[in-house]
Amino acid sequence: MKNFKRLLPWILLAIAFFILPAILDDFRLNLFGRYFSLAITALAIDLIWGYTGLLSLGQGIFFSLGGYAVAMHLMLNTKSEAGGNGIPKFFENYGVDQLPFFWQPFWSPMSTLILLWLVPAVVAGLVGYLIFRNRIKGVYFSIITQAALMVFYHFFNGQQKLINGTNGLKTSTTEIFGQLVGSPDLQGWFYRITVLLLPLAFLACRYFTSGRFGDALIAIRDDEVRLRFTGFNTVPYKTIVFIVAGLLCGVSGALYTVQSGIVSPQYMTIAMSIEMVIWVAVGGRGTLVGPIIGAVLVNYLRSLVSEALPEMWLFVQGALFIFVVVLMPDGIYGWFTKGGFTRLLAAFGLAPRTATYPQLDLEVAPASEGRVISND
Amino acid sequence: MTTPLLEIDDVSVSFDGFFALTDFSLRLMPGELRSVIGPNGAGKTTFLDVITGKVKPLKGSVTFRGETLVGLSEHKISQLGIGRKFQTPRVFENLEVIRNLELAASPSKGPFALLTQGIPSRVRDEVQRLLDYVGLGPYAKVQAGSLSHGQKQWLAIAMLVAQSPQVLLLDEPVAGLTDEETVRTAELIKSLAGDHTVLVIEHDMEFIRDLNASVTVLHQGSVLTEGSLDEVQNDPRVIEVYLGQAED
Repeated sequence: MKNFKRLLPWILLAIAFFILPAILDDFRLNLFGRYFSLAITALAIDLIWGYTGLLSLGQGIFFSLGGYAVAMHLMLNTKSEAGGNGIPKFFENYGVDQLPFFWQPFWSPMSTLILLWLVPAVVAGLVGYLIFRNRIKGVYFSIITQAALMVFYHFFNGQQKLINGTNGLKTSTTEIFGQLVGSPDLQGWFYRITVLLLPLAFLACRYFTSGRFGDALIAIRDDEVRLRFTGFNTVPYKTIVFIVAGLLCGVSGALYTVQSGIVSPQYMTIAMSIEMVIWVAVGGRGTLVGPIIGAVLVNYLRSLVSEALPEMWLFVQGALFIFVVVLMPDGIYGWFTKGGFTRLLAAFGLAPRTATYPQLDLEVAPASEGRVISND
Repeated sequence: MTTPLLEIDDVSVSFDGFFALTDFSLRLMPGELRSVIGPNGAGKTTFLDVITGKVKPLKGSVTFRGETLVGLSEHKISQLGIGRKFQTPRVFENLEVIRNLELAASPSKGPFALLTQGIPSRVRDEVQRLLDYVGLGPYAKVQAGSLSHGQKQWLAIAMLVAQSPQVLLLDEPVAGLTDEETVRTAELIKSLAGDHTVLVIEHDMEFIRDLNASVTVLHQGSVLTEGSLDEVQNDPRVIEVYLGQAED
């Protein structure tokens, strides 16, 4: 059993890497690639919300920045997209004949690969530092991150001449390595890259949440003021975590963009960023497995529901969120690890009822119950 | 004549026009054990807030070893060697008891140190010693949130000691403790004095008698009187603020 537990992540990884591509058709595989890339965003949100207690409603900013970085590179390097001046065609619609300066670094694949996470990380660092230094927290933090999201949304939405505005940048018809980005072959590769990057993101999050740094994050969540009086300056801790989360969202957005075929200001809507939070809540915040489960499951469900009853998805999502908040405050994974499954079986008489209440660490508590204070 | 370790001079604090402290002065000598009493609203917690940087005074100065504390942030003041226990036992509920102490005891408090370095074995031993001292040894791996109230109080005090501050400010350390726990806390505090400078705010007169410390009485934001507990208890002004004015 213990061996199985240790092997389980590897088994899942092998299934995702070898088995799924073999059994799923191109369309389904692509969907799973999208789910897995969104799972990286869920991990990032769990890092700042589940562990550090900062509910950011603006992660769509960093997600989109990563997506735009990749899309700009693809646009620039596709012959069929090029207009008269050797710059992407859409610029002609707005009478732009010079490439805006900030597009320049995206000619090169190397700098694109760096900028797709560096830009979100730097933006997160600036925004985060200003917010945390001014001790904005709790609901005000959520509101400010949402306001920042609105600013970015309106900027990207309104700037046709810079970034094609509300139309976004379509990547599915661009080319890389002489092939269409939307082709099944390349999509298969994007899927594989995603499957490999997700565990890396997981390990990164584990690095930050285990050990003493992780203790400090949980302490910030539990009682930040107390931690400050203990001699900790909490600003760098929160800023670092926010940067890491922004970086992961950037990577996630880039992977999602190439697999969904477009990046547009729609990724910066309030609804999208709140959905990201829902994935984490459904899966189980404060654990690292939970958000992955949540992101994949909710998005899979979304695909299923949207195919069957296209108008119903938002209702289902709302109901799911309420269900989880009311009945499974620890999310699916938290419910499962806290013996929820056994309790469910017991409710139907399929397993012996166990006295789990009050579940005050029955196993860990010392042999001498009650007072252990000696009077020497 | 030694110089005071901590000196609060002529401090006033106003919350929207209400003066929580008016021309408040207090001195703590190195190694001193001092208790502070006073009716509700006398400004006891507020002056701790001023010392530890939570509240900025309207005027006046706070100096610690000749260094001014006004304007420094809470973590800087803590790092200088002033530790504080809050009125309610505030511990990190979702961390194990031992992790609570290890955080407090950590010699370096920066993010990179916490990411890359383990805990020095010296600190580990100190944490273990403290755990045993406050009787939480068997609970080391239990989440702090599931401790009883008394145990949380002691964990909070142990965390404060683990910070190894020079000055310990204890806001109601025995609130909600049993008599036995109170006696033991008094022992702990007395053993700390001497090496440390300790200031205790309490309502429990028995406890203060146990501590055998000099008493400062606060009333309406300033010091009413100072002296031994017996002197203070027989002071008519003290009786008046606690029991109300005698009818003429």
